[in-house]
Amino acid sequence: MPAQAQNGAVKVVLGRRYHFSASHRLHSAVFSEEENSRVYGKCNNPHGHGHNYVLEVLISGAVDPATGMIANLADLDGFVERAVLEPLDHRSLNEEVAAFRDTVPTTENLCIEIFERLKSFPKAKLESVRVQETSNNSFEYAGNADHLEESKGPSR
Amino acid sequence: MVLLTRKIEFAASHFYHNPDFSPDENRRVFGKCNNPHGHGHNYSLEVTVAGEPNPVTGMVLDLKDLKEILECEVMQRMDHRHLNYEVPELQGQIPTCENIARVIWNLLEPRIKQGKLHRVRLYETPDLFADCYRNATGGAAA
Repeated sequence: MPAQAQNGAVKVVLGRRYHFSASHRLHSAVFSEEENSRVYGKCNNPHGHGHNYVLEVLISGAVDPATGMIANLADLDGFVERAVLEPLDHRSLNEEVAAFRDTVPTTENLCIEIFERLKSFPKAKLESVRVQETSNNSFEYAGNADHLEESKGPSR
Repeated sequence: MVLLTRKIEFAASHFYHNPDFSPDENRRVFGKCNNPHGHGHNYSLEVTVAGEPNPVTGMVLDLKDLKEILECEVMQRMDHRHLNYEVPELQGQIPTCENIARVIWNLLEPRIKQGKLHRVRLYETPDLFADCYRNATGGAAA
């Protein structure tokens, strides 16, 4: 197969969508009961609630002329399965995911957590992640440096 | 600047095979996509053009013109075609989502005279897509 000049003037990004379901409760230890209830409304229900999350992962890199691919989907799927889906699907984010022990599991924070889990994907550069909480709300994160301080507190 | 997006859908068949790989390697790397009888997808293409609305027409570019460009460059070339055998621009390349999107970018880019082509997004399935942008670092066209 003749080698084609790859990319050049064109940047190619591959997007892959995954689905998982999880429960969460929005509650911050720095707020009083009233404040929690005022800030988070129904999402503060102590019994929690759940969503069918849709995760969109975008990666970039040179398209390998031998395969026509930025990265083999089987590698990406396996990495996302181990790093994100297996630990989060059908789990309580508050109870079962260490990152949310002291951080409110808003979908903003979930987006950052998923980006952190995926950024070491060895076969391509992670461009961004987008997490859709419902068909009306989605959040995107591309790894801005100063998120860490902001993510310590509740984000809304 | 305003971004304008038009979507079209086309159906095509393909399979992945690199003649430089052994049969085993082809199966290992490409999995089910290596089936020599091919398989098909309903591709969905979103083409985004960036520009300032013309003060007289209020348009970045006339959607009729964009529709015609897409019909001529994409639909006539790819709709109900076998991408491995019938699209000369894909000859010598594996017809992955990445490569098809890039071929479409290269076909459309010189045809967009009002505004500038901003993004080509090609969905192979609702869960798999490739985006093409102008590379900020430049370089020769692929």
